[in-house]
Amino acid sequence: MAIDLPLIWAAIIAFAVLAYVVLDGFDLGVGILFPFFPEKHDRDVMMNSVAPVWDGNETWLVLGGGGLLAVFPLAYATILPALYAPIIAMLIGLIFRGVAFEYRWRTQRGEFLWNWAFAGGSMLAAFAQGLALGALVQGIPVENRAYVGGWWDWLTPFSIATGLAIVIGYALLGATWLVMKTRGELAERARGVALRTALATVAAMGIVSLWTPFLEPVYLERWFGWPTAIFSVIVPLLVLGCLYLLLKGIRDRHDVQPFIAALGLFVLGYIGIGISFYPFMVPPSLTIWDAAAPDESLAFLLVGALVLVPMILTYTAYAYWVFRGKVDPEEGYH
Amino acid sequence: MQIADIRRRSRLSLRFPPERISAVFEAFDATVLARIQFAFTVSFHIIFPAFSIGLASYLAVLEALWLWKKDEVYLELFNFWKTIFAVAFGMGVVSGIVMSYQFGTNWSVFSDKAGPVIGPLMGYEVLTAFFLEAGFLGVMLFGLNRVGPKLHFFATAMVALGTLISATWILAVNSWMQTPAGFSVNEAGQFIPDDWWAVIFNPSFPYRLTHMVLAAYLTTAFVVGACGAWHLLRKTAPRRARTMFSMAMWMAAIVAPIQIFAGDQHGLNTLEHQPAKVMAMEGHYQSHPEGAPLILFGMPNSAEKRVDYALEIPKLSSLILKHSLDAPLAGLDTIPEDRHPPVAIVFWSFRVMVAIGFAMLGLGLWSLWCRLRGTLDTNAALHRAAVLMGPAGFVAVLAGWITTEVGRQPYTIYGHLLTADSISPIAAPAVGASLVAFIIVYFLVFGAGTFYILRLMARLPRDTMPELDEGPLRTAGVTPGPATANQGGHHGH
Repeated sequence: MAIDLPLIWAAIIAFAVLAYVVLDGFDLGVGILFPFFPEKHDRDVMMNSVAPVWDGNETWLVLGGGGLLAVFPLAYATILPALYAPIIAMLIGLIFRGVAFEYRWRTQRGEFLWNWAFAGGSMLAAFAQGLALGALVQGIPVENRAYVGGWWDWLTPFSIATGLAIVIGYALLGATWLVMKTRGELAERARGVALRTALATVAAMGIVSLWTPFLEPVYLERWFGWPTAIFSVIVPLLVLGCLYLLLKGIRDRHDVQPFIAALGLFVLGYIGIGISFYPFMVPPSLTIWDAAAPDESLAFLLVGALVLVPMILTYTAYAYWVFRGKVDPEEGYH
Repeated sequence: MQIADIRRRSRLSLRFPPERISAVFEAFDATVLARIQFAFTVSFHIIFPAFSIGLASYLAVLEALWLWKKDEVYLELFNFWKTIFAVAFGMGVVSGIVMSYQFGTNWSVFSDKAGPVIGPLMGYEVLTAFFLEAGFLGVMLFGLNRVGPKLHFFATAMVALGTLISATWILAVNSWMQTPAGFSVNEAGQFIPDDWWAVIFNPSFPYRLTHMVLAAYLTTAFVVGACGAWHLLRKTAPRRARTMFSMAMWMAAIVAPIQIFAGDQHGLNTLEHQPAKVMAMEGHYQSHPEGAPLILFGMPNSAEKRVDYALEIPKLSSLILKHSLDAPLAGLDTIPEDRHPPVAIVFWSFRVMVAIGFAMLGLGLWSLWCRLRGTLDTNAALHRAAVLMGPAGFVAVLAGWITTEVGRQPYTIYGHLLTADSISPIAAPAVGASLVAFIIVYFLVFGAGTFYILRLMARLPRDTMPELDEGPLRTAGVTPGPATANQGGHHGH
């Protein structure tokens, strides 16, 4: 086989997960920030800023899950039982915050309940995603095509650290999104939050990055052995560059630059994880090729993906374009 | 054998069994709990697509009529149902995300084995349907003033198309699990696609898809009809109420008979490919070499292998299924007992579905009769019946799915993979705890959502325009403006 289909698919799935993380990251972040903005008017604007796009953002998560089942069924069949509790927690968090978008506008007496559902659900979903990430980095034992660890294995100091890191990071994305999409006092406050969460995010990235190489000898070798150690210099430098642009953007009162720089931080963190992982799909048990479905399945879906993903990106971009610019506080909910 | 070994070994390796939860669930094993969990979450989930598939198409029709006829009543109805759609769609999305992960958490062996076949189909569902719906939903809900009516209609049409494409793929997956085709099995025990055309267009797919889409349309028609009828009875907004009631009753009168025909064809297809399911539906424990009776009602007794207190019509079952009074029909006695589906559930759910189907047909015909006599808007008895029938579609959809899903037990992939061999290597307490969590969350969240939807339905804004066919208003010529504005007010509560 001349074309390495599993590798192509690993790249596509990685892209889908990254798209999910940065897109749903900012709308989960808006939910996480609800406690910092107690005014009803501010919360209305915050919710309106993501209401037209959150559903599309979350669809990338379905593609991540559905795609994994399609092209790496063995990874899907071993990761999900291993991460049983955090996945269920994430789903429940997503249920609460997802319905809050509509429910919140359908009641006055119960509005505070759906504010809590939105904020709490967003935090729970983000924290559970971070836990799942940490547990995956720690490694998932697989024997005879089945998960063979315990069902509390995902809960460790490291996974709690990654959980908190994701919550903080999403809060940063949410804050910079609000800087971009809102005006006046709300945007001003968001700038303050963005500043603090930016520093916290980079600190959390530093802690997790320094911790990771000591979990698995493979990671240590990857980050400190030649020639891959070169990434150990480049990636942190780029992170610092992004941090500089982010802080400068906030200080110079740029609308868009902080958000772009925050996205940059996420992309770099993600690349860092990718460098650690490669060539594993389920570290340290299954490589990309171990977990892949047969070529018949990969090729069939690839044809569609090559045509459809660019179309999806186009009309998603169009939807964002329709709702471009600052949110008009006068424009009510539908 | 090998899988059972793995499962046993991995269960032994669970290091921290939470004792208290175990005590509660020790009576159940993980397979039973995982089945209850899947049945619970998928039953809740199917309610929302069943409604939103139909409603999305209805919205597209309303907006098209508005653009075509320039009659504001269609835009008003569009806006009214759009809000309800948004709430229902939100519930469908979040309960659907649960489904896309539940295969992996609870049915990982199934996922590993069937993933190469069903995974790409579900991948196509995401790529062709979910993104389409989600991408244009925002424009449809919030964007009319930003993009103008034509592009907005395009967005609405894309959302409706997305719901139909989604139904197509997911029914292809389900049908393949019921009547698998176009595959072989590799040395790892995975199902490998040989012929995608045969996989997708497997023997039961066209029947199942037709039956489900019609069911979704009927379900929506009865909800819209009930809402219209309720407002006709309350006289809040006669023009809007009448418009939606009339549209809904057309759907009932036309689609209900088509659905009964489609259901019959689907039944014949099932008889060919999953005879045990039909035997359970019919309550045929024994074979009938000289024509089988149709059992209308009775109590299936699986221990004694007979239907107690059966009320039967001789030979009718043979006539329906084989189109001949004396055609022999095999019974469950021809099938090994460990391959029997649970008869009582299938027997009853099937009867509930069929009874509702005929009740729908009855209401449709009644509405047709009233329409011909010109009393469609005034016949209060018809309106009360329509209100009563509002939730009928949901019950029928659930009953139908229970029939087909329970009827294919004990298999997940019919004839090839047993449900008992599909389960994840997880312990009963984990499944039990998550089941309890889902039950609590679903009743809270979707209970609230149902409440909000009902409240939205109850708040139909008053008509903004006078009724065109009521003749001159009493105050016409003196102060037409206020009279117009007051039109709904006379009937207000």
